[in-house]
Amino acid sequence: MKIGYYPGCAITRGSSSEEYGMSVMKVSQVVGPVIEEIPDWNCCGASSAHATNHKLSTALSVRNLSLAEKYEYKEILAPCPMCSQRLIISQKDVQDDEALRKEVEDAIEMPCGSSVKVSNYLEIIKNYCMDEIAQKIKKSAKGLKVACYYGCLLVRPPKVLKFDDPEDPQSMDEIVKAIGAQPVDWEFKTNCCGGGFTLSRTDVVVKLTNDILEGAVEAGADAIAVACPMCHANLDMRQKKIEKEYKRKFNIPIVYISELIGLSLGLGSIGLGLDKHFVDTKSVVNAYS
Amino acid sequence: MGKKIGVFVCHCGTNISATVDVEKVAEEAKKKYPGVSYATTYKYMCSDPGQKLLREKIEEEGLTGVVVAACSPKMHERTFRNAAVKTGLNPYQVEVSNIREQCSWVHHDKALGTEKSIDLVRMMTEKARKDRSLDSIKVPVTKRALVIGGGIAGIQAALDIADGGIEVILVEKDASIGGHMAQLSETFPTLDCSQCILTPRMVEVAQHENIKLYTWSEIESVGGYIGNFDVKIRKKARSVDLDLCTGCSSCWQVCPSKKIKSDFEMNLGNRTAIYIPFPQAIPSKPVIDREHCLLFRDARKKGIPPAESKVCRKCYDVCPIAPVKAIDYSHEDEIVEEKVGAIVVATGYQELKNNLYGEYGKGKYADVITGLQFERLASASGPTEGLIKRPSDGKEPEIVVFIQCVGSRDPAKGCSYCSKTCCMYTAKHTMLYKHKVHHGHAFVFYIDIRCGGKNYEEFSLRAIEEEGATYLRGRVSRIYKKGDKLIVLGADTLTGSQVEIEADMVVLASAMKAQDDAEDVARKLSIQYDKDRFFSELHPKLRPVESSNAGIFLAGACQGPKDIPETVAQASGAASKVQALLSSDELEREPVVARVDRLPPPLFSTCIGCFYCQRVCPYGAIEQEDIKARDGSVIKTVARVNVGLCQGCGLCAATCRSKSVELEGFNDEQVFAEINSVEFN
Amino acid sequence: MKIKINLSERSSDFAKEVEKRSGIKVKECYQCGKCTAGCPVAYEMDYMPNQIIRLVQIGARREALTSRTIWLCASCITCSTRCPKEVKIAELMDVLREMALEENLANPLEKNITAFHESFLNSVKKHGRISEVWMLNEYKMKRPKTALQDLVVAPQMIGKGKLSFLPHNIKGKDAISRIFKKCKPK
Repeated sequence: MKIGYYPGCAITRGSSSEEYGMSVMKVSQVVGPVIEEIPDWNCCGASSAHATNHKLSTALSVRNLSLAEKYEYKEILAPCPMCSQRLIISQKDVQDDEALRKEVEDAIEMPCGSSVKVSNYLEIIKNYCMDEIAQKIKKSAKGLKVACYYGCLLVRPPKVLKFDDPEDPQSMDEIVKAIGAQPVDWEFKTNCCGGGFTLSRTDVVVKLTNDILEGAVEAGADAIAVACPMCHANLDMRQKKIEKEYKRKFNIPIVYISELIGLSLGLGSIGLGLDKHFVDTKSVVNAYS
Repeated sequence: MGKKIGVFVCHCGTNISATVDVEKVAEEAKKKYPGVSYATTYKYMCSDPGQKLLREKIEEEGLTGVVVAACSPKMHERTFRNAAVKTGLNPYQVEVSNIREQCSWVHHDKALGTEKSIDLVRMMTEKARKDRSLDSIKVPVTKRALVIGGGIAGIQAALDIADGGIEVILVEKDASIGGHMAQLSETFPTLDCSQCILTPRMVEVAQHENIKLYTWSEIESVGGYIGNFDVKIRKKARSVDLDLCTGCSSCWQVCPSKKIKSDFEMNLGNRTAIYIPFPQAIPSKPVIDREHCLLFRDARKKGIPPAESKVCRKCYDVCPIAPVKAIDYSHEDEIVEEKVGAIVVATGYQELKNNLYGEYGKGKYADVITGLQFERLASASGPTEGLIKRPSDGKEPEIVVFIQCVGSRDPAKGCSYCSKTCCMYTAKHTMLYKHKVHHGHAFVFYIDIRCGGKNYEEFSLRAIEEEGATYLRGRVSRIYKKGDKLIVLGADTLTGSQVEIEADMVVLASAMKAQDDAEDVARKLSIQYDKDRFFSELHPKLRPVESSNAGIFLAGACQGPKDIPETVAQASGAASKVQALLSSDELEREPVVARVDRLPPPLFSTCIGCFYCQRVCPYGAIEQEDIKARDGSVIKTVARVNVGLCQGCGLCAATCRSKSVELEGFNDEQVFAEINSVEFN
Repeated sequence: MKIKINLSERSSDFAKEVEKRSGIKVKECYQCGKCTAGCPVAYEMDYMPNQIIRLVQIGARREALTSRTIWLCASCITCSTRCPKEVKIAELMDVLREMALEENLANPLEKNITAFHESFLNSVKKHGRISEVWMLNEYKMKRPKTALQDLVVAPQMIGKGKLSFLPHNIKGKDAISRIFKKCKPK
C-alpha cells in the first residue's frame, strides 16, 4: 500500500522546518510505509487563508485532496498539523455544505476529493509502524525524559479531527515509550504556542512559549518532542529571545518525534537534520547509545 | 335506531378559538354530519357551567351520544364522561375530539385550522355513532404497598403509608437505608445537621410494625397490574443472619482487610470487608463484601465453596452468637415474592462521576473533589471528623475554589438540564468551610445563581454578604497542577477579565444524574423515562407523582433533580396517592380491553390458536383456553384475554390474523368509520 | 459604551447575518465565559471572547468588527473545544475577520497581523506555495518596524540552509491564481 505525501510548505526541502520532512522520509525508508509526494501540490493557505477568506481556504485545501484522488491515493500523510487540520476541516466543510462544494469545484476545476483519508504523522506511525519499530530498534535512550508537546492543531477541533483526547493526548507519549525514552506527565501538552503569530505578534508567542518551556522544565523534561513545524519554530528558534525576555536559561532541545524515532533506529543525526536546530540537540543525540 | 349526537366545541379561552373558528365547526357539525342533532360552543367546557351545559343538553335534547371538541382526552375525557354519567348516559358514549394539542396549538393559519378541526370533529362523530355502552371492570385490591429505595424519599413515603395502617415492603439495594441524605453534613437553608434529622426517621422505619424492610435487596421482576402487583425481590447474599446478629461490632473490628475504599465516604475513607456502611446504619448489622473479603477471594481463586476456604475466618471465629453463629459464608441469593397493590419508586440519583472533564483533570488530581466528597470532609462523622483537610496531604486548604454547573447546563458533556440543588449546596459549602477555616478564602465560579425556594435567596446572599465568599461570574476553563497548588483558570464576565487562582483545593458542584440502572428499573416496572433517564411523571403539572403505569408512583430524585424539602413533599404526595388507591376494596378499571370472540358451536371462536397475540402482548394478558366437549376432550385451544391484566394497547388486535380479537371502544368498525369519514382531496 | 437599539437600525440583523453566513449558532451562547477563561491571548484583547459573541448577539456590528480581538485570536480552538454549548467561537472569529475586511473595518492597531496574512496569501497566489524569503520580504516592506526583531534569526536560518532564495513555482500556478480570482471576496 502506498500513501500519498503532502509535505506542505514549511517542511519541504529548503524551508524553515526542512528537518521535519527529512526525518519523516528517512524513518519511512526504514519502517515504512511507502510515501510518495503528491505531484504539484499547493499550499493549503494555512491560517492566513482561513482567517480571512473561508472559500479560498477551502478551495486551496481541497485542490490537494482532489489531486490525491486523481493519483489514486486512498490515504495521505500530512506531517504538518496545520496542513492536516486544514485539509480535514475543508473536506468536512464541502461534505456538509452543498453550495460551498459547488463553488469550490468551480474554483479548482476538479471534483472535490471527498474520500481520501488525511492522516497526521502520529497516526501513520501508530497505525503502520509500531511493530516495525519494535523489531528494528537499535538504540534506546533510557532515562531521557521527554515532554510530548502536541499543540493545538493535532487535537482540535476534536469532533472533526477525531484523533486523540484534546486535554490529555497519549499517542506521542506511547511512541516515545516504544522507542525507549521516558515521557513525562505534564500540564501543557495542548496549550497554544501562539502559532502563526511568530512574525506578526512575536510578543504573544514569547509569552505563551515561556509558559510551555517552564512547564516542561518543571516536569523534569530533558527535551520537548513535537510534531508541528510551527510549535518547533516558536519553541526552538524563539527560545533565545524568550530567555532574554524573561532573563532565564532553558536551553532545552526541541526535537521532532520523527527525529527521535530516527535516532532509535540508529540513523545518523545529520541525516535527520538534528544539526539544523537553534537549540543544540547534542544532549539528545548523545542520550541514544 | 339512529343515534342523537350532541357536539360541544370548546373555545378553551382563546387557546382554541384564536386559531379555529369554533362557531363554524359547530355549524358544520349540525348542518352536515349524520346523526348530529345538536351542536354548540362554549368558552370553557371543562368548567362548572360548561359541564352543566353538557348535562342539560343531554337531557333536553335526549342525546344518546356526545362529542366534545376540546383539549387532549388525556386531560379531560374523564371530566366529560363523569358529567354525562350524572344524566344516566353511559360514559363510553362520550368522545373527545382533540382540537387543541393536535390542531390549534400546532397551526397558525385560522382557515386551515378550522378546516382541520371540522375534519377531526367529523371523524369523532362517526366513531360516536358506532359507540357501544360499556361497563367498567371491577378488580380486587391487595392492600399492601411496595416502596423501592430507602433514601429520604423512600423513608418518607414508607412511613406515611405505614402510618395510615397499610403494610409496606421497603426494598433497599445497599446494606443500610439512609441514601445520600445520610452522607450530608449540614443541610440548607437552615444548616441543621442532616444526621440529626434523618437518623430518627430511619429508626422509625426499623421499628414500625407496618414496615417490612429488605436491605441488600433488589427488585427482580414486577408482574401484574394496579391493585395487584406480583413482585419478586432478590435478597442478595449478606453472609450475615439478620435474625441472629446483634450488631455487636466484634466482626468488623477484627477483619484484616481494612483498606477498602468506602463508597459511603466517597472514597475518602476506608472500611473493612465485613462492614456496616456508617455507624448509624439501619439495620446496624454488617454485610460481607465478597469482592474484597480474603476468604471469598481465596475461594474464587481455588474454585471451592467459600465455606471450605481456610484463609481467614476471623469474623466467624469472633462472632459471640451461640450455638449457631450469625456469620454464614454459604449464604446465597434468595428470591422472595410479595403481592402489593401499589408501588412507590424512590430509587434516587447518583452524583456525576469525577471523570468527565478532561480540562479539570478527569479525576487525576486528588484535591479536585466533588460536592458529596466535600460533604464527607465537612461531616463530623466523616473521615476527617469534620476538619477540612485536603485529600492529597491532609493540609488545611487556605484557598478553596468552588465550581458550579459541573455536568449541569452542559449539553456538550451530555447533560443540558440544571441540577437545581448546586447553587444552594455550594453556598452552604462556602459557609461550612468558612466556619471551620476562619482565615480561609472561598471563591465560587457561577453562571447564574438559582435559589428559588423559601429562604433560599436569603441563604445564598448570606454566603456572600456575611460569610465572605467571593462569587465570580464565569465558568472555569482549566485546572492544572503547579507544585502543590492547583491553578484554576476562570473568568469574571462582569469585569470582562480572566481570573487565575492559585488554589489549595477545588470543589466541583457535580450534577445530579439518573442512576446507572434507571433504564433497567424502568423496564422492570414498565414505566417511562426521559432523555436524561429520569422517570417520567404522567403530567408535568397535574399528575406529578404518578408514573405512566397505573398504580406506580414516583418520589424524589429518580424523577428529576430535587432537594430534600421537595423530595419529602413529593414522597408524601406519592404516599397519599397510594393510600387513596388502597382505601377501596375494589378498583374500577376502564373497560377498554381486548376480547377474543366466542361463537356458538361448532365454531366456538374464529381464533385459530396461533397465539401470535400472546407473543406480542407486553402485559402477559393473553391466556390459553381449552374448549372442551362434554366428554372432556379438547376440541380446540384458543386465546382468552385476562381483563385484569389487559391495558388496552391493541397490539393483539392488530396482530391477529383471523380478526378474532377486538379492542373494546376501538373496534375495527369504529376506527374505519373514523378514517372513511375524512374526505381526502 | 452605549448601544442604541431602535427599529430603523434593525441591529438584530447582524446576529442573523452572522448565523446565516457561518452556520454558527450565536444565539445559543449563554455567556458562561468559559471561552474567555481558557483563551491564551485574552490578556491582549480589547474585548473578551464572550464579549465578542455578546456584541454579535445584541447587534453591535461596528464594535465587533473593529475590535482587535478578532485579529488576536490565534485559532487554537480551545474555546470551541470546551464550550458547553458547542458554539464554534474560533470559527466565528474567522467569519468576523472576513466581514471586517469586506467592510474595511479591520482595526489598524493590528495591521501587523493583517499585513502578514496579505503577504502570505500573495506568495501563495504567485507561486502556489509559500516562498518564505519573499513572503518575509514583502511583510517587512509592509511593516518595516518589525524588521529588526528577526534580524538575528534570519542569517542563522540561511546558514542552516533553511531559507531558500529560489521560489518554487508549482506547475499549476495558473490554476491557483484562477482559484484566487474565483474566491475573491465581494
